[in-house]
Amino acid sequence: MKNKSLVSINDYSKEEQLRILELAREFEKKPVQTIMQDYVVASLFFEPSTRTRLSFESAVNRLGGKVIGFSEAANTSVKKGESLRDTILTIANYSDLIVMRNPVEGSARFAAEISSVPVINAGDGANQHPTQTLLDLYSIVKTQGTLDNLHVAFVGDLKYGRTVHSLVIALCNYNTTFHLVSPIELKLPSSVKMHIKEKNLTYHQYTELEEAIPHADVLYMTRIQKERFSDPLEYERIKNSYILSNNILNNTKENLKVMHPLPRVNEININVDSNPKAYYFEQALNGVYVRQALMASILGLR
Amino acid sequence: MNENLKQLKVSAIENGTVIDHIPAGAVFQVIRILKLDKFDDMVLFGTNLESKKYGTKGIIKVSNKYFSPEDINKIALVAPHASIIEISDYGVTAKKIVEIPDKVKGIVKCFNPNCVTNHEQLSTKFDVVDKEEIRLKCNYCEKITVKNNMEFR
Repeated sequence: MKNKSLVSINDYSKEEQLRILELAREFEKKPVQTIMQDYVVASLFFEPSTRTRLSFESAVNRLGGKVIGFSEAANTSVKKGESLRDTILTIANYSDLIVMRNPVEGSARFAAEISSVPVINAGDGANQHPTQTLLDLYSIVKTQGTLDNLHVAFVGDLKYGRTVHSLVIALCNYNTTFHLVSPIELKLPSSVKMHIKEKNLTYHQYTELEEAIPHADVLYMTRIQKERFSDPLEYERIKNSYILSNNILNNTKENLKVMHPLPRVNEININVDSNPKAYYFEQALNGVYVRQALMASILGLR
Repeated sequence: MNENLKQLKVSAIENGTVIDHIPAGAVFQVIRILKLDKFDDMVLFGTNLESKKYGTKGIIKVSNKYFSPEDINKIALVAPHASIIEISDYGVTAKKIVEIPDKVKGIVKCFNPNCVTNHEQLSTKFDVVDKEEIRLKCNYCEKITVKNNMEFR
């Protein structure tokens, strides 16, 4: 996978994805190494991010590499009207690998086409966020011991949540049964369901959280964003219908793990944090190992 | 007799290509797609002509020009039933129909206002995911542009 950009999760075959997950396990055992000491990674964040940016930068630093870049577009030539094309062509000269988040959809594909160094998409608008998907897969295999034949429940904003879309598509390779819990307004789009149907997998749709979770091995919570609603009253009604608390978790499978791409607002009660089924902060930590594995693989170091 | 009169509404060409059965509203789009507005030989066209099959139609006749299948298939998005007739010495030498291509480059605008193709200077690229309904998947933002929101660049 040397020099192979990762823009969409489907750019990597199932085998390539599994190789990254295997490699991530090695980095989890030994996260501090010096294999990247001769490498410079450009971290270009045109919009704010906490976990993704810092976990990439942490991953590079722990492997001895150097990071250049910016965490918002405000202090860059973009502000002066520089095109993305020129920004990428310039920065490709200064680095061995580009990690980019940009609110414009398709910008990562475009960057990967014109850049002389490989590009990792760290989120392009509502389109793709493939490293989140890899770390979600890693978190699932780590907690369940397998990716195959699991029941995965997705809860919240299934319409706009890009992490949900990419993970659903990726899980279609593993004979997953999907339990989709959302308000009617925020159902999983048909373009994503198409992937489930193509593989003849089973999915169930619910509007009540309690109906879905007794089946689940993994409960993937997401944030419902206020700005998606035209009627603020509708938002107030819906946001409180998907709050996970400890008593809801009583009637669930032993092996259930609760995941969340974070940030969380109020959809998981903080008293769940100490529940052994809560996994979202470990999930965020897994992001470091997965990103180490991905970068080492793209740079040809592993 | 009638047939002959109709033919004469757009005069015959000696050599070149006749593009017939264009939907009446799409003649100017076809002209733009094939860049005939910048063509330097004779181009004749008519629109809102009577058609037995479609009610009305448009026709374009291009002198001394033969199109590659790749070029001519670009018009399939706006004129899916067009016939392409090649003329040599006032006689028909070949008759073809257009085919919807697998990929569409340039021509169509991505309907997603937040797509990079609407922000940067670069040409659009689509995979044709449905040839019946004409659904185009953007290679960049991965959104689907359908016939109803299709705009031509």
